[in-house]
Amino acid sequence: MELFNLGIKSIFIDNMVFAYFLGMCSYLAVSKKVNTAIGLGMAVTFVLIITVPTNWLLTEYVLKEGALARFSPSLATVDLTFLSFIMYIAVIAAMVQLVEMIIEKFSPALYGSLGIFLPLIAVNCAILGASLWMAERDYTLAEATVFGFGSGIGWMLAIVALAAIREKLKYSDVPNGLKGLGLTMLLTGLMGIAFMSFMGIQL
Amino acid sequence: MSTQTIEKAVEKKPAETVFSKRRKKFVIDPLSDDNPITVQVLGICSALAVTTQMKPTLTMAISVTLVIVFSNLLISMMRSLIPGRVRIIVQLALVATLVTLVSEVLKAYQYDMYKELSVFVGLIITNCIVMGRLEAFAMANKPWDSVLDGLGNGLGYSWILMAVAFFREILGSGKLFGWPLFEAMGIEHFPTNGLMVTPVGAFFILGLIIWVQRTKTGYVEH
Repeated sequence: MELFNLGIKSIFIDNMVFAYFLGMCSYLAVSKKVNTAIGLGMAVTFVLIITVPTNWLLTEYVLKEGALARFSPSLATVDLTFLSFIMYIAVIAAMVQLVEMIIEKFSPALYGSLGIFLPLIAVNCAILGASLWMAERDYTLAEATVFGFGSGIGWMLAIVALAAIREKLKYSDVPNGLKGLGLTMLLTGLMGIAFMSFMGIQL
Repeated sequence: MSTQTIEKAVEKKPAETVFSKRRKKFVIDPLSDDNPITVQVLGICSALAVTTQMKPTLTMAISVTLVIVFSNLLISMMRSLIPGRVRIIVQLALVATLVTLVSEVLKAYQYDMYKELSVFVGLIITNCIVMGRLEAFAMANKPWDSVLDGLGNGLGYSWILMAVAFFREILGSGKLFGWPLFEAMGIEHFPTNGLMVTPVGAFFILGLIIWVQRTKTGYVEH
């Protein structure tokens, strides 16, 4: 129940886009068509489900203060948390590479449609952000997995919804300076207000 | 024909001054016409969340500018040594190292600020401006040019961020840098707008700033 609550919370209330502005770059750039938005959303969710628990294990068994004590008692006071940025980003880059290879091998069609967006996931702030939040909030392994999954779904929900709105917007007459990014920011603000109505939900 | 080309090559050689016209452009362009946020649409990711107040925003802006300048310099110095296939990993590792440095310095000297910014310091690594400048500029240009380009983009990013923070802090809590502006002016109960403190306010303010800025520069996205 606790876990379910955390999942719902990370999808709706602590939404990556609307509450923390994470993954905005690809959110703005890849939200012109619903199909590509769904593909990217799925890829991001997948990478999040893998990287957040992996980084959790890394933090727990290697980086944390005293985590190395099991190898040798003299290492008991070693605190490697200052390396966490580099380790996290290395894990993410490696995972993205791996996911890219797997998708290329087993589903060439999906690989073709995602194309350039796949390697770009490595620099998506939502992925690194989720790992950093996980470390900051001291989640357990199960919580970290659920949190990664929920964040991914929340991000996907946001980008698909925005893409759907932008597809319709193609036919409207927008002032020149507001075209593209400006209007998208205002739209995201309005969607954020809608998402604020989920605040305070407890299961 | 051939003598002409040789002459031209010789003519170019007399060393450029440190701040030649061409180089000034690297710094000035990103401030308005080629702004990383409003025109290139980069780097919105990690930083909007810190713009509720001016102080953390200033810290963030300085950190990001430093990281852009130094990563541009270092990558530009190494650009002929980096194999093309692994360049993203090399860049990420370098940026992550610089960000770790920034984060450790903040932790040591500005602990409250470090706690307030929390994960957003780490997220400078994935700030698209940093990677974008490395890919687009530092990989193909000389170190000093890259430093100037980094500085220009850092400042362009900073002023937009400060503008957003200015409106959010003054409308959201009636203060500037934590100083109660309206109370000082004698207005006791300034009706603050709670929406400005929430992320939603940042989206609106940034959207409006982009609108104004693009109308001024005449940039139209298609």
